[in-house]
Amino acid sequence: MATVSMTVNGQAVSGEVEGRTLLVQFLRENLNMTGTHVGCDTSQCGACVVHINGDSMKSCTMLALEAEGAQVTTIEGLAQGGEMHPMQQAFQDNHGLQCGFCTPGMVMSAIDLVAKNPNPDETTIREQLEGNICRCTGYHNIVKAVQQAAKTMGG
Amino acid sequence: MAENGIGARVLRKEDNRFLTGKGNYTDDINRPGQTYACLVRSPHAHATINSIDISAAKAAPGVVAVFVGQDLVDDGIGGLVCGMSVAGKGGEVNKAPPRNVLTIDKARFVGDPVAVVIAETLAQAKDGAELVNVDYTELACVVATDGADKAGAPQLHEEVPNNLALDWEFGDSAAVDAAFATAHKVAEIELINNRMVTNPMEPRSAIGEYNSGTDETTLYLTSQNPHVHRLVMSAFMAIAPEHKFRVVAPDVGGGFGSKIFTYNEEAVCAWAAKKINRPVKWTSDRSEAFLCDAHGRDHVTKAEMALDADGKFLAMRVTSYSNMGAYLQLFSVSISTLFHAFLLAGQYTTPAIYIDMKAVMTNTAPVDAARGAGRPEATYLLERLVDVSAGVMDLDPAEIRRRNFIKADQMPYVTPVVHTYDSGDYDASLAKALANSDYDGFAARKAEAEGRGMRRGIGLSAYIEACGVAPSAAVGSLGAGVGLWESAQVRFNPTGSVTVFTGTHSHGQGHETSFAQLITERLGVPIENVEVVHGDTDKGQFGMGTYGSRSLPVGGVAIVNACDKIIAKGKKIAAHTLEAAEDDIEFADGNFTVAGTDKTMNIAEVAFTAYVPHNYPEGVEPGLDEIAFFDPLNFSFPAGAHVCEVEIDPDTGTVEIVRYTAVDDFGTLVNPMIVEGQVHGGLAHGIGQALLEGCVYGDDGQLVTGSFMDYCMPRADNLPSFDVDYSPTVPEHNPLGVKGCGEAGAIAAPPAVINAIVNALGVKHLDMPATPEVVWRAAQAAG
Ligand code: FES
Ligand code: FES
Repeated sequence: MATVSMTVNGQAVSGEVEGRTLLVQFLRENLNMTGTHVGCDTSQCGACVVHINGDSMKSCTMLALEAEGAQVTTIEGLAQGGEMHPMQQAFQDNHGLQCGFCTPGMVMSAIDLVAKNPNPDETTIREQLEGNICRCTGYHNIVKAVQQAAKTMGG
Repeated sequence: MAENGIGARVLRKEDNRFLTGKGNYTDDINRPGQTYACLVRSPHAHATINSIDISAAKAAPGVVAVFVGQDLVDDGIGGLVCGMSVAGKGGEVNKAPPRNVLTIDKARFVGDPVAVVIAETLAQAKDGAELVNVDYTELACVVATDGADKAGAPQLHEEVPNNLALDWEFGDSAAVDAAFATAHKVAEIELINNRMVTNPMEPRSAIGEYNSGTDETTLYLTSQNPHVHRLVMSAFMAIAPEHKFRVVAPDVGGGFGSKIFTYNEEAVCAWAAKKINRPVKWTSDRSEAFLCDAHGRDHVTKAEMALDADGKFLAMRVTSYSNMGAYLQLFSVSISTLFHAFLLAGQYTTPAIYIDMKAVMTNTAPVDAARGAGRPEATYLLERLVDVSAGVMDLDPAEIRRRNFIKADQMPYVTPVVHTYDSGDYDASLAKALANSDYDGFAARKAEAEGRGMRRGIGLSAYIEACGVAPSAAVGSLGAGVGLWESAQVRFNPTGSVTVFTGTHSHGQGHETSFAQLITERLGVPIENVEVVHGDTDKGQFGMGTYGSRSLPVGGVAIVNACDKIIAKGKKIAAHTLEAAEDDIEFADGNFTVAGTDKTMNIAEVAFTAYVPHNYPEGVEPGLDEIAFFDPLNFSFPAGAHVCEVEIDPDTGTVEIVRYTAVDDFGTLVNPMIVEGQVHGGLAHGIGQALLEGCVYGDDGQLVTGSFMDYCMPRADNLPSFDVDYSPTVPEHNPLGVKGCGEAGAIAAPPAVINAIVNALGVKHLDMPATPEVVWRAAQAAG
């Protein structure tokens, strides 16, 4: 066991982990932050995406120890003062979610996408979300949601 | 229309929790003192189990218990059951080989569980499972759908000679033969309906918990039908008596059929929790889901159509195999027979239809209902055969469909394969789909694409499905072990808000919103004052759950029927308070009014009066809380016409869907936003089957496509945006006028896509999934 410390959604946290403990396990099990999901075991589905120092990362593909000292943002850290983040709001407005299981990872990926491509066209959105699988929505409304959020986030 | 009532695009009430990380899925739940289970699974497709040595595992750090199949048997725990008895040729019902929760004698597919290790942590359980030493003798295996009943094939079960679980036929073969004998032309096709892994994004999960103080077992479970899970595990498996057994299906991350069934792992968790007197948690990883979740489809089929000189369909003959996998799951044999064959008339007047279906067992994961369940298979073979028929007759695919459509004025229409369609206007939906897709402009688009070296094709699919499952007497006569009614309880709280308990379950469909819209519409209660509760056997009355696009057509009607009872009782209370005759009370927009006066009482005031009955009509019970059970009179028959347009790069074989047009008849739309979402998701599922998804077993029974790396799920960049439109007709049998929409896309899309590819390449057929390799080879062969 080793001790790992990081900042999650603005709060300093630390915990005891095994060398093999994944970041997503640390979040879900040690911190009981279950908003971040696990949908696969091959780094394919993106249900586990969080932000590490501002970049989207698959938290199932990173050891907890690798996040030592990092600034981690999860789906739980997006809404501010009871107001949803524009991307969260856009997902609701456009019915960009159904069962909600892919949603946390999808929203985190989409925020990073817009941060890096402020005016993404449909093709860019679809290509950039290639690492997030959704079985429910057919992506149509997710694309619309990202387009709306890109407008609001761009101001 | 009430504000936020039927027809309004109300944003979903459930979204906030899902978008902020506050969803409560089974794996998010942890119980005090919880242990973790890891299943020991067979690495062989077919093997005799000689012995299982658990001693090393038992001694491993953190291991709490290790159990094998005999331990459950010794405890009186029954096996998993098939819920259907379908009568085949000569009246012989399907074989139902026994299945132990943990297999004892033999392993019959890769992943078949043989033991369970329970430990303090998941890692310790996994480490312990590595130490269970199973001595197997490997046996020859069989995986081929059309090879399992051949002489000399390895036998899976003593009870199933020739691996033939059911040899089934349906229809008038003499009439069909006679029509073929005199046909002007015959069209025929051989095709494979590819096996699919259902893959909801949330893997299955279960937590069993036992309270020795009350002798109660609780099971948190990824379930589409918690009451049915409880019933099966109580009545057939003796895990706990029904009244001492609570099944909670909290937020569930998609189901698509695969979370209907009772599985080994959840039975182990519920049983072992009592055995060790501690909670036991199991969560599938994706690799286990690929191996062990029930798969879908998997037919190998020959289909023929007899045509007259005008291109009218005279008769159809289908000869098919369907793969059941190693054990019969809950619906199993019914999917490839009843839910398949009874849709073979499609939208057409084909007077004679005959099908021969052999349901075989193989050394593969069990196959059962998956989004569409039988109807996608029927639609695919029929709509492919119709296109081949168009080719044989040299008719446009739209024209041959029009010549054979059942006409709107022929409704209700009795098909030769059981169903009576109650409504539909297939000419109208096709006309709209052709207009919306600019079918007439296709030739110009094709020519333009050819100038760029691309092959462009267009394909149609005119589908029908039977939803709103289902009239209990009808399914009973067909061999179902249960009825398929649905229930609802509408409870006014004393302050006037409403809690609705539904027996259906929402795992993405948005019931918390659309069902609340029904209450708003019928009772005039603001939508924010309505809460829909589902998924807990301790909270709501028995219900049959969600599958077969039944929640709104059956469960929704139960809700409005309960509303009617509320209104009837409310009238008595209002009449007394307003000092009027009950017959003079009218109810509208949430108000009880004495006809022709301004004397009125809001339903919230009536509710308060019902709970504080100081001044109250004689003989009326206090409280305002009504329950209704609805058994549908018929299936519902959503139908529509879809048009797919593709562009193919002949040098790479890549297929791009450049345009997809759907026109569907779902009857009344309660929440059009949610309906559109259901269509989109269904289309992605269907396009996934057509282009990307195919579950492959090697001849050695090993699962080749065992992860998202090998099994290609549709991703955002594989799909287009969709053009979705409607052409509603009114279903006679459904009091709400709704038909169900959750499966339509998955049913309609595969033939539309393949018809488009075949059209682009000028070939007769290619099998799904039409991967770049398949398409490239076909393009090269076609020249
Ligand atoms: S859990 Fe699937 S990519 Fe991380
Ligand atoms: S909303 Fe269910 S997987 Fe995306």
